[in-house]
Amino acid sequence: MKHKVATTVNGHKHEHEVEPRLLLVHYLRDVVGLTGTHIGCDTSQCGSCTILVDGKAVKSCTMFAVQAEGRQLTTIEGMAKDGELHPLQQAFWDEHGLQCGYCTPGFIMAAAYLLDQNPNPTEDEIRKGLEGNLCRCTGYVNIVKSVQSAAKAMDGAKAKTSERSAAVGRS
Amino acid sequence: MAVTTMVGAKIHRREDPKLITGHGSYVDDMQLIGMVHMAVVRSAQAHAKIVSVDLTAASKAPGVVAVYTARDFKKVISGGLPVTESLIADKKQTPNQFPIAESEAVYFGEPIAVVLAESRYQAADCAELVQVEYESLPVLVDFEKALEKGSPTAHTGAPDNVAWDVNFNGGDLEAAFKESEVTVKERIIQQRVFPISMEPRAVLANYVPFGNQLTVWTSSQVPHFIRLFLCIGLGMPESQIRVVAPDVGGGFGSKLRPYPEEYLAAAASKLSGRPVKWIEGRTENLQATSHGRGHIFDIEVGAKRDGTLLALKITMLSDLGAYIGVFGALQSSLAMLLSPGCYKWKAVHGRAIGVLTNKMSTDPYRGAGRPEAAHLVERAVDLVAQELKLDPADVRAKNFAEDFPFTSILGMVYDSGEYQKSLDKAKEIVGYKALRQKQADLRKQGKYLGIGLSTYVEICGVGPSAATAHVSGSLALVESSVVRVHPTGSVTVAVGTHSHGQGHATTFAQIAADALGLPYANIEIREGDTGDTPFGYGSYGSRSLPVGGVSINRSCQKVVDKAKKIAAHMLEAADEDVVFDQGQFYVKGSPDKRKAMGEVAFAAYGPGLPEGMEQGLEAVTYFDPPNFTWPFGAHICVVEVDPETGEVDIQKYVAVDDCGNIINPMIVDGQIHGGVAQGIGQALFEEAVHDPETGALRTGTLLDYSIPGIGEIPNLQLDRTITPSPTNELGVKGVGEAGTIAASAAVINAIVDALSPFGIKHVDMPASPDRLWKQIKQAREHSNGGKEARK
Repeated sequence: MKHKVATTVNGHKHEHEVEPRLLLVHYLRDVVGLTGTHIGCDTSQCGSCTILVDGKAVKSCTMFAVQAEGRQLTTIEGMAKDGELHPLQQAFWDEHGLQCGYCTPGFIMAAAYLLDQNPNPTEDEIRKGLEGNLCRCTGYVNIVKSVQSAAKAMDGAKAKTSERSAAVGRS
Repeated sequence: MAVTTMVGAKIHRREDPKLITGHGSYVDDMQLIGMVHMAVVRSAQAHAKIVSVDLTAASKAPGVVAVYTARDFKKVISGGLPVTESLIADKKQTPNQFPIAESEAVYFGEPIAVVLAESRYQAADCAELVQVEYESLPVLVDFEKALEKGSPTAHTGAPDNVAWDVNFNGGDLEAAFKESEVTVKERIIQQRVFPISMEPRAVLANYVPFGNQLTVWTSSQVPHFIRLFLCIGLGMPESQIRVVAPDVGGGFGSKLRPYPEEYLAAAASKLSGRPVKWIEGRTENLQATSHGRGHIFDIEVGAKRDGTLLALKITMLSDLGAYIGVFGALQSSLAMLLSPGCYKWKAVHGRAIGVLTNKMSTDPYRGAGRPEAAHLVERAVDLVAQELKLDPADVRAKNFAEDFPFTSILGMVYDSGEYQKSLDKAKEIVGYKALRQKQADLRKQGKYLGIGLSTYVEICGVGPSAATAHVSGSLALVESSVVRVHPTGSVTVAVGTHSHGQGHATTFAQIAADALGLPYANIEIREGDTGDTPFGYGSYGSRSLPVGGVSINRSCQKVVDKAKKIAAHMLEAADEDVVFDQGQFYVKGSPDKRKAMGEVAFAAYGPGLPEGMEQGLEAVTYFDPPNFTWPFGAHICVVEVDPETGEVDIQKYVAVDDCGNIINPMIVDGQIHGGVAQGIGQALFEEAVHDPETGALRTGTLLDYSIPGIGEIPNLQLDRTITPSPTNELGVKGVGEAGTIAASAAVINAIVDALSPFGIKHVDMPASPDRLWKQIKQAREHSNGGKEARK
C-alpha cells in the first residue's frame, strides 16, 4: 500500500505516493531525483546521507520518507543560492576539505547544523559536532580547517550585515 | 608579459565545485530507461557444498524480472576471473574462480545466485526468498594451521593450501649472522583489514541486444583493465565494450581489479535484455570487496653492538583467501623486495608463502606490500635499538643508504634519496632532544610517553615493463596519453589513469599548461572512459603522476615539436633557430617577432603548412619508465599510553615526506593526511575478524569495524624535503601511499617505546586498549613474579 507524502525540499514542494518502508534517503535520491545525498553504509554510521530536516541535521537513512510529511528538507543541492556557494562549500573548496567527494555533502550538512547551533566552535567542538560522519580520504585535517574557515567567513558576513543594518538604522 | 608557472602552484581543484554542490556523478546517481536492480545471493557459509538452490519462491516475488544461477551465467561467461599468477615464479596452484559459485562455496559472501527486480527494495526482498541448501565442509580460517600436514583444504580435492613458496635472497645470510654480535627475533602480525572507500562498489551494465554493444559504468580505478577482462570473459571484442568509471568515491586499491559483480551485471544485462544496476551495500562491501594485508612475519635480525645492521631473515605467511587476488602475489613481492628499507644490510633473506583459506581474497590496499615491508623493517631497527639500549634515531643514522642510485641488498635500484636530511628535519620539528628529556621526567611520575620513528622508503611508479612484465603475466604497466590541441587553442588531454579523489583533472592540467605554454583554463583532462581515452593501466601504486603525468608531458613535448616546425615556417626561419619559451615561438635573438602557441594551433589545421606535413596538432605517448621511483621520508609519532586503561593518546604526529618535485602542494599534503589516517587506523583500530570456527565475518558492519573518526586523528604536522627523481624528466615520484606506508610503524614504535619500562618489546596491531591493557598486566605480573622469586 502506498502513502501520500508531501515535503518541501530546498524550498520546492513535492507530493508523491511512496511505500511506507521507503527510506528518506532513497526518496530524495530515487523519487525526488536529488542524488547529492549519498549512502555509505547500511547501519547509520557514516553520515554520508546527512541532510537538514526543519533545520536540524538528520541522517536521512534513519527516517522513512513518510515521516518527512510536512517537513522542510534541505539537501546539499539547496546550499548554494543564486549561483553563490554557501560559505561552507567555499571553505571546503578553499581548504581542500574533500578528495573523492563522496562523504562531502554529509559533512557540509552536518557542519551547517553545527555552525547554526554554535557559530564559533573550538576545534574540539568541531570534532565533537562532526563525530557522526566518516571520511576515508582526508584524515579530517582539512575538514576541521574548512569548518573553522567557514565559521570565520560566516561570522564576518554576519558582522558586515549587522554593521549595514546598524548603518541603515542610523540613516 | 608575466607568465605564471602552474607546476608547483597551489591551485584549487577544478573537480570540487560539482562535488561540493551535490552534482557529482557516481554510478548510483545514474538511471537508464528500463533499468532493473540486481541483488546478489551470497554464501552464508565459508566452505560448503551447494546441494541445491531453490528459486521457486523467488521467481514469484513481486517485481521479479529474473533469477540466475551459475548454470545461466555459463551460457554467457567463459573462463574465470584473471589472476596475475605468474607474478610468483614458483607458483604451486592457482584456483580458477568463476564469478559465481556452482557446486562449492569457498568463502563467506561468495555469490551463489543473482536476482533482477524492478526496484532495489524488490530485488532485496527477492534475494531473501532464494533457498540454498548447504552441506558444510571444513573451514580454514587460521592460515598457519592451514599449512600443517593433513590440514583440510580450502578447495575440495586440492593437494594442499600452498599457492606459492618463493625466496627473495640477497647476500650471504649465514656469514652475516656469524658476524652479528646480537640477534633479536620477533613475530609481527599484519592483520587483515578492510579498505573501505566511502562509496562502495557499484555497477550499471547496459547490453544492447541486437547491436552486440555493452556499456558498463563501474566504480573503478582501472576502467581499461575492466574492459580487457570483460571482453575475455564475455567473449566480446573490446571494440564493442565501453567501460566508464565516472566519479569514484575512493578506492584505496580495492577497486583496481575486475570483480564477479562486474561480470554478473554485464552478463545479466545480456541475458535479460535490460540495463542492470548493482549497488553494493556496506555489509556486502566488507564481505566481498578485497581485503588488505593479512600476513604473519617471523623475523630474525643480526647487528653489531654499535648498531650496525647486518642480517635480516624473514618468513612471510600470507592469508590469500580462497582465491588468489588479482594482484595478490604483487603485494607479497613488494613486501619482500622492500623489506631492506632504506638501510645497508649485508644479507636479507625472505621466504614468502602464500596460503589459501576460506575467506575473501586479499589484494592491494593502500601501499600493497610496502606498508608491510616498512612496518617490519622499522620494527626490526627499533628491536635492535632497544636490545642495545641505543637511540633508535642513531641506529637509523648509522645504517642509512647514502650514495645514489643505491642498489639494495635485494638488487633494487633506489633512484635518489636523502634519508638523514628528512629524519633531521622531523627531529627538529618534533623537538626530539627535549622530548627524550620530557619522556625521562614523565616516567618518574609514572607517565608513559613514547616517541616512535619511521624512516621509510617506498617503491612507486609501477612500473618499468622490463621489471614487471615477467611478474605480471606480460602486462607492461606503462601509461598512455593523447594530447590534442584544438584549432582555437583549447586542449583535450586523454589519459589512461583514473582519479578517484587525487585531483588529476587539476594536476595533469597544470603539467600540460606549462608544457604547452597555454592557459590552464584551456586544458581539459579526460579520464575514466574507455570510449575516449587510450588504453591505460589505471591508478594505483602511486603511479598516476610518475607514469601517467610523465606520459602527458611527453605528448605535450611532441606537440610542441610539431608546433615549432609550423612556427618556423610561419616565421620563415629554420626549425633549429626557433626557440619555444613559455608559450611563445621566436627566432633566437629576435624575441620581438613571435608566434603564440594559440596562433600556431590555428595554423596547424589550415593550409600552407611546411611541405609534407599533415594538418592537426596532437600526439600520443605510451610511457614505459626506465625504473621505479623511490619516495621516502621520516615520520615521528608521540603518544602517551595510560597503563591503567591501555588507552593511546597521540599527542603529536610529524611527517616529513619527499616525493620528488611537486605539482600541487595542497594535493600532496592532502594525500599525506589521508594516508597517515589510514596507517593510524590500522595501528590502533582496524581488524577484520572471522569466526574461527565458521569463517563468518564478525566485523560485518561499520558498527563492528571501526575506521578512524574525526575525533581520533590528531592534527598532523607536515613538512617536506624535495629530492627530484632522476627517473623521469618531471623529477616526480608519487605520493598516494606514502602516509600509510610510514604511519603504522611510527605509531607502534611509539607505543612500544612508551611501554618499554615494562619490558615490552613488541605490540601487535590493532593496539587496542584491550590488547595493551592485557599486555601491560602480563608484563607487570611477570616482573612482580620475578621480584618475588628473588626474595
